[in-house]
Amino acid sequence: MKIKIEKRILAKNEDYASANKKFFKRNGIFCINMISSPGSGKTTILEQTAKAMKNKIKIAVIEGDLYTEYDANRIRKTGLQAVQIETKGACHLIAEQITKAVHKLDTDNLNVIVIENVGNLVCPSDFDLGELARVVVLSTAEGDDKCAKYPKSFAQADVLLINKIDLARHLDFKIAKVKRDARKLNKDLKIFEISAKTSAGMDKWFDWILKVATENTEI
Amino acid sequence: MHEAMVAESIIESILAQVPKKNGRVIKVVISCGQINALNDEAMEFAFDAVAEGTICKGAQLKIRHIPLKAICKTCNKKFDYDLYNPQCPKCSKSDIKIGEDAPLLLEEIEFEEDTD
Repeated sequence: MKIKIEKRILAKNEDYASANKKFFKRNGIFCINMISSPGSGKTTILEQTAKAMKNKIKIAVIEGDLYTEYDANRIRKTGLQAVQIETKGACHLIAEQITKAVHKLDTDNLNVIVIENVGNLVCPSDFDLGELARVVVLSTAEGDDKCAKYPKSFAQADVLLINKIDLARHLDFKIAKVKRDARKLNKDLKIFEISAKTSAGMDKWFDWILKVATENTEI
Repeated sequence: MHEAMVAESIIESILAQVPKKNGRVIKVVISCGQINALNDEAMEFAFDAVAEGTICKGAQLKIRHIPLKAICKTCNKKFDYDLYNPQCPKCSKSDIKIGEDAPLLLEEIEFEEDTD
């Protein structure tokens, strides 16, 4: 006996994601989902962003890792609110975890929530968390062939941060190649070349955050 | 390996849909898009593992990959978009309008009732 079902497999995640999105819009919070490989510098970028934005906008961070509270503690040291999600082995965050994490935040007068997803350039891109923008980080130490090898993360992002540009010349990392590959997948992608360590290029990223936090419309 | 979570969701949906428990699922048909894609081998492995101990044990999993429709803005050629080679097959330009990607869908199951 054949039974037609026609049901979305990730319907539960989609329901949570759409509820999250409604919550963010209703409360004027711009939510960013940040995706990258482990070690690309996401947390350092957020530490620098926290310091630079301190007197301008109110940001909170949701950290996703398999284990430990390390990253949330690093963010808290900058004075921001941070909630740590430990996935206990899962390779990506799901929207329900974000719903629960947001409940732990004081969202009064909050302008931006940044979700630092589990370090993984593959699986997180399949799970909508209800974010209003997606930022992918690629660091020069990972090699300049990653856009072509992992197209999904780049095809679905709104912003690409090329981090650790201070190391590019030591690593034969061709920034122009990455930009070309990324734009081929996603011609509207905004690309910022930065070094969270030396602060090079970070002002443009800060300007972008300020702009989206103020306008607060989906990208 | 997000296929594991997809497999869990499939089994969960099936268990909620089947009319009776006295039978078994022999075939499961799912479909996915190009951006919402699944890896066949990983998906089959995850499905078999999660199906163990349920009425889906041993069921055949069929995965339909639905093409992503695109149209070239330069020459108006309609074609199936290739995420790994995103350009028009006719004029090689990459200014392309992409349609909506197919979602991950549990399409149908084949259920065999116990006769005794």
